[in-house]
Amino acid sequence: MVEIDCRGLSCPEPVIKTKKTLKDNPEGLDVLVDDRAARENVPRYAEAVGYKASVSEEGGGWRVKIRK
Amino acid sequence: MKNPLRFHLHDGSVADMKISGKIALAISGALIGVISVVLVVFGNPANMGFCIACFLRDTAGAMHLHTAPIVEYVRPEIIGIVLGSFLISVLRKDFNPHAGSSPVLRFIIGFIVMIGALVFLGCPLRMVLRLGGGDLNAFVGLLGFITGIAVGCAFLANGFSLGRSYKAARLEGAAFPAMTILLFVVFMAAPSLFLFSESGPGSMHAPVALSLLAGLIVGLISERTRLCMAGGIRDIILIRDFTLISGFAAIFVFTLIGNLLAGNFHLGFADQPVSHSAHLWNYLGMVAVGLGSVMLGGCPLRQLILAGEGSGDSAVAVLGMIAGAAFAHNFSLASSANAGPGLNGKIATVAGILVLLAIAAIVTYNNRRKDG
Repeated sequence: MVEIDCRGLSCPEPVIKTKKTLKDNPEGLDVLVDDRAARENVPRYAEAVGYKASVSEEGGGWRVKIRK
Repeated sequence: MKNPLRFHLHDGSVADMKISGKIALAISGALIGVISVVLVVFGNPANMGFCIACFLRDTAGAMHLHTAPIVEYVRPEIIGIVLGSFLISVLRKDFNPHAGSSPVLRFIIGFIVMIGALVFLGCPLRMVLRLGGGDLNAFVGLLGFITGIAVGCAFLANGFSLGRSYKAARLEGAAFPAMTILLFVVFMAAPSLFLFSESGPGSMHAPVALSLLAGLIVGLISERTRLCMAGGIRDIILIRDFTLISGFAAIFVFTLIGNLLAGNFHLGFADQPVSHSAHLWNYLGMVAVGLGSVMLGGCPLRQLILAGEGSGDSAVAVLGMIAGAAFAHNFSLASSANAGPGLNGKIATVAGILVLLAIAAIVTYNNRRKDG
């Protein structure tokens, strides 16, 4: 599964990167974030475009799993 | 029903979260609208319950950074907003000290955002409050704000980024909130150190305790909901997400209702409080604010909130705004109420927009080359 590291990026960059990466990887991806705004915005975006999203804590941040 | 100000990611469906996020933002916006009207009733200048740009400018004046006699006052609202955000982020374990994402560029962008805001005469929050007071000049400003945000979004979509920030020491994150506490303590203990306006907007203010409390509440709810005046429009353009805009809309609606009830609603362009009708410059001033806000990742209010949460980068952007405010008055860049901007202000606005475009273009170009 593709993984993108969006830690340290300010909003809305993690969402934009997620959007771009999903275009090339329609089956889903993992997004690493360390910012509360991104933790909420990335799953919200994924759900809005028809994916399922789950969030788990990882290394002081979060891993957002986006799947079909 | 669960607390709408609390976000649960692990325990509910996302549809739930979406609605609760919107409701939380709408409630926050409503509260901010009402608080703004109350502050005006208790002494703040009209349509200026809150104005991050104006209040940073007044505070800069009080600290002798400029000496424009009508805009000098230590605004407790600013102190309250930073501390409200700091306290709630520490309590909720969201305090996140980080820094290192192009601090000098952020200083410059903050500086230009302030120039644009002082040519228009208000930050995006005051723009909404002015709209709610019937000031149609603010509508011209809104058009400029949307234009600036759209341009910023075009850069973002093409790879604009000021780069990653990194974890920082807790002291780095706490330094800016600590500075605001120090400012408040000195303001209370030795007010004679500061300059205070005897006339004009700087002389008009609600009682200190009320202003501080209002700031604390706004800081707290804005931290929880991530309310941002620029973010709402940006998210609609970029990802068709209408969550953040609900806060913006609620502030407008409740300010409108509050002003109608308080008898402070006057529709029109002429004779609006602390404003001018130089349409081109209202428009261009807010183009600079919109573009700069997108580049910074949030409007001036959001920068204060992030500075309270431990972002050294946002603290630097706020320091840039304070410096911009001092320059705006020392070099006659700020508009005067009714008369509008002078030649210096017009040149600074155009130059500011060109500098923002240059920064955005260079950063975007370099990022694209790096990513191949």
